[in-house]
Amino acid sequence: MAEKILEIKGLKKYFPLPNGQVVKAVDGVDLELYAGETLGLVGESGSGKSTIAYVLVGMYEATDGDIIFKGDNIAKTGLHRTLKQRGDIQIVFQDPGSSLNPRRTIEQSIMVPLEIHTSLSKQEAKKQVRKLLEEVGLPSEVAEGYPRTLGGGERQLVSVARALATNPSFMILDEPTSALDVSVQAKVINKLIDLQKEFRLSYLFITHDLSLMRNVADRVAILYLGRLCELASTADFFQKPLHPYTQMLLSSVPVATTEEEKMKPVKVLSTGEIPSPVNVPPGCAFHLRCRHKKPICLREQPTRREIFPGHYVWCHLFEQKESPGSGK
Amino acid sequence: MKAKTVDATTTPIETTSTRQAELLKRSWLKFSESKVSIIGLVIVSVFLLLALGGKYLVPYPEHIGSYVDFANAGLPPSSKHFFGTDLMGRDVFSRIVGSFRNTLMMGVVVLSIAAPVGFMVGVTAGYNKGTFIDTALMRVTDMFLAVPPLVLALAIASVLEPNLTNSMLAVTAMWWPWYARLSYGVTSSLRSENYIIYAELVGAKLPHIIFKEILPNCLSAVLTKMTLDMGYVIIIAATISYAGLGEQAPRPALGSMIASGVKYMPAQWWLTVFPSITIMLIVLGFNLLGDGISSMLGAEEI
Repeated sequence: MAEKILEIKGLKKYFPLPNGQVVKAVDGVDLELYAGETLGLVGESGSGKSTIAYVLVGMYEATDGDIIFKGDNIAKTGLHRTLKQRGDIQIVFQDPGSSLNPRRTIEQSIMVPLEIHTSLSKQEAKKQVRKLLEEVGLPSEVAEGYPRTLGGGERQLVSVARALATNPSFMILDEPTSALDVSVQAKVINKLIDLQKEFRLSYLFITHDLSLMRNVADRVAILYLGRLCELASTADFFQKPLHPYTQMLLSSVPVATTEEEKMKPVKVLSTGEIPSPVNVPPGCAFHLRCRHKKPICLREQPTRREIFPGHYVWCHLFEQKESPGSGK
Repeated sequence: MKAKTVDATTTPIETTSTRQAELLKRSWLKFSESKVSIIGLVIVSVFLLLALGGKYLVPYPEHIGSYVDFANAGLPPSSKHFFGTDLMGRDVFSRIVGSFRNTLMMGVVVLSIAAPVGFMVGVTAGYNKGTFIDTALMRVTDMFLAVPPLVLALAIASVLEPNLTNSMLAVTAMWWPWYARLSYGVTSSLRSENYIIYAELVGAKLPHIIFKEILPNCLSAVLTKMTLDMGYVIIIAATISYAGLGEQAPRPALGSMIASGVKYMPAQWWLTVFPSITIMLIVLGFNLLGDGISSMLGAEEI
């Protein structure tokens, strides 16, 4: 496989509350990311997926664990990173309404990273802004306008152009299309796929939309209450889901026809709600909603097990290699 | 925010100059939507004109200073003296217009100090929301706000030597906390906006974040408040000079003219009534203008 650019080991991020309780937003996550791949990070709201993004990008310091990015541990740097690291890891936020300053032109917004990360003159930088806009498929004339003159999809593309300005190798896409109309979503996604090939970018694609993952991701990781459940290549993930939570998620994806419904690998009814990250159940975080729970699930946290090559699962049911859904 | 399904390639292409002209036209339409804001604009324009060129426009420019003509003292309004004459024989109209320059200077100086100072305090506190800096700065601000503003201004003005400079100082001291509050509110809500977070992540320096990212978003609120406040500052300034703590005789000030005329009510009513109406008109003018500006700037925020 390709070169490993990012390795997350035992990442924890806790937020203390004023009343003494602790929100365990991320509670021991292990992941790695290879150059040029798209890793999909999927979870319900409250599962900690955005927290992981914010720790990676330096908004938060990790409570514990390591993030090795190109040989440097950046888990506890917070905002005190080198300029190179800041430029190398870029983020596109979810809300297109808030990611661009409404009082500054598109050009002014994209100039910010250019002024900090390149030594271009003002004239060269202005040219570069237009080049970047064309790179993401927008006419260079939008540079002079304000964000309010653009639609949501166009604003997201401007955010992508701004992120590309620092010439990053790793881009975090925090639900980049979830606020967009479906028709615009496809356009933005296709552009992101093109750009990935062109600039050899690695993506951490955060979403709650599983069907999107099928088209975009090379590998998919499932997050539940700050812990990983399953990590597999996209093909394995959709054809041979192992973790009871993954099975539940996949069978709840709506499909158009009964044929498609029959093609779903396993059918499990969704039960229960995600508990609060303030009050994570002991043992396996998922046991409250799991149909297959065993006594050990209430006591011990499951550890990572490689069931098939590259297909990891965090579940006590897999001490012997068998799927809980097999034979049904 | 609702995403529009506009294809990128069909975005209307405009040049900068036509867009600015368009913006100006739209702003004027918004401003003139309410006819009273035009009245405000007219009043304020006349005030500004008289304040800057009053000396050359009034019938008796020498009456603005120390001038005595007891032969014509205490005359009622006539075609020769529109607003009558005071007990020293000076033309009241000329003296009212003559006081405009200091009235304007008061407002401009007070606001051009109070607004930036308040903005810096508010932005610093709002940007560091939740930290010690926030608590310290905003508690000091609250202390100033807790004292009734007029009392504080009168106290400061009476401790210092009574003159125009010191009354400006007094009014400024009580005025900045309102701008601190305003900028604090805007900044602490902007704090969580992704474009501010992005600027931090990418490594932008603090001055960039404050002056390029936050300031443009505070500007419409601050400018609107400045226009509205102009009227209030003029009232406070008149009150201070009414108490005898502002501009000293023989130089004219609206407050002190009312104060000295009030003893001769109702016989020589013109000594009190005309300066009072003038204050009222100026304050009204700035308020109406402020409303117009706020609806104009508010419209841009969509």
